[in-house]
Amino acid sequence: MRAARVDRVASRRQQELVANTVTHILLIVLGLAALAPFWWMISTSFKTEFEAFQIPPTWLPLEPTLEAYGDLFLDQPFGIFFYNSVKIAVLGVGGQLITSSLAAFAFARLDFPGKNVLFIIVLSTMMVPYAVTVIPLYIVMHRIGWVNTHLPLIVPAMLSSAYGTFLLRQFMFSLPVELEDAARIDGCSSFGIYRRIALPLMKPALATLGVFSFMASWNNFFGPFIFLDRKYLFTVQLGVALVQRQWYTSWPRLMAGSVVVTLPVLLVFLLLQRYFVRGISLTGIKG
Amino acid sequence: MAQTQALTRLVAKTKANNIRWHRYEGYLFVAPLIIGIVAFIFLPIAASLYMSFNKWDMVSPPELVGLKNYARLVSRDRLFWKVLGNTFRYAGWIIVPSVIFPLILAALLDRPIRMRYLYRLAFFLPLVTSVVAVGLMFRWLYDGEFGFINYVLSWVRIDGPNWLIDPFWAMPAVAMVTVWQGLGYNMVLYLAGLQGIPDHLHEAATIDGAGPFNRFFRITIPLLTPTMFFILVMSVIGTFQTFGLIYVMTQGGPINSTNVYIYYLWQMAFGSSKMGYASAMAWILALVIFTITMIQVRLARLWVHY
Repeated sequence: MRAARVDRVASRRQQELVANTVTHILLIVLGLAALAPFWWMISTSFKTEFEAFQIPPTWLPLEPTLEAYGDLFLDQPFGIFFYNSVKIAVLGVGGQLITSSLAAFAFARLDFPGKNVLFIIVLSTMMVPYAVTVIPLYIVMHRIGWVNTHLPLIVPAMLSSAYGTFLLRQFMFSLPVELEDAARIDGCSSFGIYRRIALPLMKPALATLGVFSFMASWNNFFGPFIFLDRKYLFTVQLGVALVQRQWYTSWPRLMAGSVVVTLPVLLVFLLLQRYFVRGISLTGIKG
Repeated sequence: MAQTQALTRLVAKTKANNIRWHRYEGYLFVAPLIIGIVAFIFLPIAASLYMSFNKWDMVSPPELVGLKNYARLVSRDRLFWKVLGNTFRYAGWIIVPSVIFPLILAALLDRPIRMRYLYRLAFFLPLVTSVVAVGLMFRWLYDGEFGFINYVLSWVRIDGPNWLIDPFWAMPAVAMVTVWQGLGYNMVLYLAGLQGIPDHLHEAATIDGAGPFNRFFRITIPLLTPTMFFILVMSVIGTFQTFGLIYVMTQGGPINSTNVYIYYLWQMAFGSSKMGYASAMAWILALVIFTITMIQVRLARLWVHY
């Protein structure tokens, strides 16, 4: 009787061990398949042009060289491209955090006539394809002289984030309201409550939104592509696309460019990963 | 006692104040957002609708032509139909792998195994990489002669095509890149869905003698149908908004075989300066997206278990 039970436990353990091993093997194979393109990109970026065209291809560069990176930076002003990308991302994201936290606070905590209708209108804008708005936006920006400035990329981002408002409002509902009531009884104004209580409590959600928006802004291609055509205003993404136009098959150089545009988001992502995952599961929507 | 009374009075007073002054205070908080949304979304939408009834090249003044742009798109523009067909073909290549692969990943990662964190990270990297970097990377991977993919295929004696130059293979090749990029995102959606399935269902089924396969197909999958539905809708809508990947990888070629909706719209608006025509395209796009969403919501009633 007892021996049978021990046997059963042992076989259950064995089963689990097998299941775990199989899971690991599958995950490793799939994971490597998902990562292989990155390895190919990095490895090529350290090759010479000659080695890149070798058959069969080399897994690791035989003579690793920084030549491609040197060419990339000497050929195009990537320092300026970086500055532009950072400027657009920081201003846009910063503004977005302020406007959407203000609105989220009002939608979650204050009462005013037409609140629900307004909120639904805000939400509905998330369904509008960018293609519908981009042409008139371009024409307006053209009229007021904003084409070939960074303003069309910064100002709308600062002011019209329905996504951010939605995310922060959802988060506000998970926060206790008692602190705010107490503050109100003590005579704190609504703005005071927002500034001193809600905002500090919203920090994790603000971080999530910040990470998302930063990545979206950094990786944005269509927007800068439409509104900018002077080289010194280009973002890094446009910079790399420009390199592709000039050096269509200069693979080490193109891969070096890809590495360079990917590194900053990668860094942000690795440092703030947990906020990123939460953002997806909180709203089910990508930024 | 006196204190309580004072407090009650204070609360009443604050409430009265709220009603008098603070009733409209909320508007101040939402004002920046609403102004932004009106200026940068609603006005452009209205302008776009008006422009779609005009012929306009941005140089000479716009000329009101009524429904001509729409009529022309639908009846005379062969490329428009081709592009629309391409976009559906693109979606067709994406849907099945985007629903299945992330599900497998999520099912594997839902168990408490070691290094979960590292695995998850691996599937996230494609998601945070820009379309420019991804597009370049895959242009090189897909290279007919020196690319890594054909090299791997040569191990099993397959002579791979020149993917992005071949009018048949270019579209599936681009679609697979989209699938690869969406793996991590869809996986997280599934993981969230899996966490929402209560343990006792699996336990009860186990007691009733259901094996792991039965449990997966009869409990897990039916309960994940809302997630699958969401992924389906988002994937299809995504294909109608793809621009960067096409621009970097194929420029719509070869012979327009990867020319998809937004790419063609951009060519019309900014290549040929047909602003009215492109606006009409944008409105048809909005209509198509709306219709697809509605059809899918209808169909969902047949197979989604909420």
